[in-house]
Amino acid sequence: MESTVLEVKNFSAFYDRVAAVRNISMDFYTNRITAIMGPSGCGKSTFIRSINRMHELTPNAGVSGEILLDKVNIYSMSPILVRRKIGMVFQRPNPFPTMSIYENVTSGYRLNGIKLSKHERDSIVEDSLRKASLWDEVKDYLHRKGTFLSGGQQQRLCIARALAVKPEILLLDEPTSALDPKATNSIEKLIVELKQTVTVIIVTHNIAQAARVSDYTAFLFLGELIEYGLTDKMFTTPKDKRTEEYLTGKFG
Amino acid sequence: MNNGIKLRIIKNSIFKILVILVSFILVIPLFLIFFYIFKMGISSINIDFLINLPKPVGETGGGVSNAIIGTFMLIILSSIVSVPLGIAAGVFLSENRSSKLAGITSSCIEIIQGVPSIVIGIIAYVWVVKPMGSFTALSGSIALAIIMLPVIVKSTEETLILIPHSLKEAALSLGVPYYKVIIRVILPSGLSGILTGILLSLARISGETAPLLFTAFGNPFMNLNLLKPVNSLPLLIFNYAASPYPEWHSIAWGASFVLIALVLVLNLTAKGIARKWKVQF
Amino acid sequence: MISDRIFRYFLYCSAIIVVLLLVSIFITLLNDSMLSIRHFGIGFVTSKEWDPVKNDLGSFPFLIGTLLTSFLALAITMPFSLGIAIFLGEFYREGFVSTFLKTVIELLAGVPSVIYGFWGLFILVPIIREFQVKFHVTPYGVGIFTSSVILAIMIIPYSASIIREVITLVPNDIKEAAYSLGATQYEVIRYIVIPNSLSGIFAGFLLSLGRALGETMAVTMVIGNSNFIPTSIFSPANTMASVIANEFTEATTDLYLSSLIQIALILFIVTMIINMIGKFVIRKLGYSDKSKKKMK
Ligand SMILES: Nc1ncnc2c1ncn2[C@@H]1O[C@H](COP(=O)(O)OP(=O)(O)O)[C@@H](O)[C@H]1O
Ligand SMILES: [Mg+2]
Repeated sequence: MESTVLEVKNFSAFYDRVAAVRNISMDFYTNRITAIMGPSGCGKSTFIRSINRMHELTPNAGVSGEILLDKVNIYSMSPILVRRKIGMVFQRPNPFPTMSIYENVTSGYRLNGIKLSKHERDSIVEDSLRKASLWDEVKDYLHRKGTFLSGGQQQRLCIARALAVKPEILLLDEPTSALDPKATNSIEKLIVELKQTVTVIIVTHNIAQAARVSDYTAFLFLGELIEYGLTDKMFTTPKDKRTEEYLTGKFG
Repeated sequence: MNNGIKLRIIKNSIFKILVILVSFILVIPLFLIFFYIFKMGISSINIDFLINLPKPVGETGGGVSNAIIGTFMLIILSSIVSVPLGIAAGVFLSENRSSKLAGITSSCIEIIQGVPSIVIGIIAYVWVVKPMGSFTALSGSIALAIIMLPVIVKSTEETLILIPHSLKEAALSLGVPYYKVIIRVILPSGLSGILTGILLSLARISGETAPLLFTAFGNPFMNLNLLKPVNSLPLLIFNYAASPYPEWHSIAWGASFVLIALVLVLNLTAKGIARKWKVQF
Repeated sequence: MISDRIFRYFLYCSAIIVVLLLVSIFITLLNDSMLSIRHFGIGFVTSKEWDPVKNDLGSFPFLIGTLLTSFLALAITMPFSLGIAIFLGEFYREGFVSTFLKTVIELLAGVPSVIYGFWGLFILVPIIREFQVKFHVTPYGVGIFTSSVILAIMIIPYSASIIREVITLVPNDIKEAAYSLGATQYEVIRYIVIPNSLSGIFAGFLLSLGRALGETMAVTMVIGNSNFIPTSIFSPANTMASVIANEFTEATTDLYLSSLIQIALILFIVTMIINMIGKFVIRKLGYSDKSKKKMK
């Protein structure tokens, strides 16, 4: 039996009053990996950025409907709190260039004005880097700049940075699209491990990736949710004709 | 936890208000400057002010026609020297970007641009006034020409760099000689940018005073002779402001009004040209 | 083709002329300062006495005057130009308010320096004199402080636009990363935007300092033209530029003239170095991992 952590109800998101995401309703389940797939421009990023209220940072952005995190509408909470509970990893690795690896991992606390003791910081850094499968590779270079790492390592550093503030949900917006196949492989493995700790929502336009990592898959098309269900089921017996066409590479 | 967030949100708002306040404080001096120049200037300005010569102390009235004519004379003379030279150097820089000379030239341009204008005044003094034995309009123009040169070179270079290579190649492939390609094709395509640069440099030098103090020097009479001292609006403002006579102060306010208007018109025209004639590639 | 050759030669010459121009400016200054350099040696910059009648020419008071006015102006400039840069680069990148503020800045930047001086002399000096009376400072009105205020107004537009540009270069993705961790806009600016543009901000201030050092007319008109070492920030003084403006046409002896030219030479070299460093830093900013800050 699945328990629901996030409920989306009749949710739409707009740019200049034009809807990029239309009337989506769906539940996300605790400690599961949900993939959101669909052709480029179908509103995946807009949707996922609405889940931690990053969407509203775009000028003239708007939303309607509700998104409930543990039964509380996130649009009635402070966006600061929402973003701390729902972490995000972006398409291109973006470690903070002025900070060391160590400081990158603890930056969530520093940015939130939370003071930690040296001991607390050390253990958070080690714990987060281990969870992000990066500890062994960087433990001797913690005080070097994060930007010296390879692309895949940088992306894992960003995952560690997001995990460090102990979010309930981790959003990943095409986290491997800027990486080579080898790095992609290691990130995918990591994502599967992550579901022990957090609920994962991953956007991808790579069908195979969705099949490899996710428990559930949602198919978005032209801003609408076409189909949503267990990944195995959807990939073997899609209900909607458009899903089938997408999965068989007819478009997108 | 929630308390902490409230505090941070308050901090954020205070910061934003502070930034807005600090930014808009700048409006105060601007307002005060334009307000006073308008208020004091407008009362001394009329047709006589623009076409008459200054009167000796004690007599009321009098105008600044000699300074207006002098200003125009100086900036036209400097343009004659600087515009062709500046455009040519700008063309050289954009055409030979990777050459060693281009690198050195652009560094020199940047350095010349940073030289304090009073130092340029001394240069023109040593080069022109000293050998000729007198203050002259010519020496003032040389000083101003040096000041405007970097602006023209840079705007020409920056404009021409944006012109696609294909345009030049297309013309060259038609068998047009290189110099004609530059003069007939490249320069006209960059005309608006170059013109904008020239107007901005004119705006800059029409307000320059320091380099004229010991070159053009100033002159209470009308003078059209290149080899004699000449007055200019900024010089007149400086000399009259330092005088003890209230009538002269009001003439200086009037001259400030005229000078600001001139600078504004030049700047606005430059902006307008940049916007309207912008060639899209 | 012969005409092509001539044309290329003409372009080449124009570039050479630019280089020669700078070289001759330097040689001229050096050559005409020689008399003073030989006569006074290092004493020229250390001696506190400036007495043209006795041919005692030490420029130390002007060095002090220049440094005091410029750095005080820079200090006044800092909060304002940072504020404006943040306003235009972070809070309101476009829209009505930003156009308005940009226009204000452009207008201020376009006002000729002699008008700043004139306005300062007739409007600002009386105001400052009143304050000085109130606070029991010798009410000169004119002086270092007044000059610095005017200088600050003049260089704010310049430093604010440089810093604004530098701030907008901070990549959006790292700001988004900070927001996604729950930072407020203030925290993003303080911990991400400022640290990532630190070297550019430094360069902006440096270039503004270069401007302030060489600014002549406005300062000449409100600094009070005193050739003694200033005793407080309200004292009248002279800067290197203002003493040249005031005394150059009165310089009757060759040595006196040469000393003033030597002051110009010093000014030339100092501003050149400052500008070169500033422009070098600005050009270096390809951004991402530039600022070599210590980590602990
Ligand atoms: N900042 C923006 N302003 C206006 N429209 C936007 C903006 N960002 C995205 N859009 C539009 O919203 C739609 C969805 O975009 P996005 O969510 O980025 O799609 P995806 O991530 O699936 O590729 C697209 O049609 C896109 O053009
Ligand atoms: Mg996307």
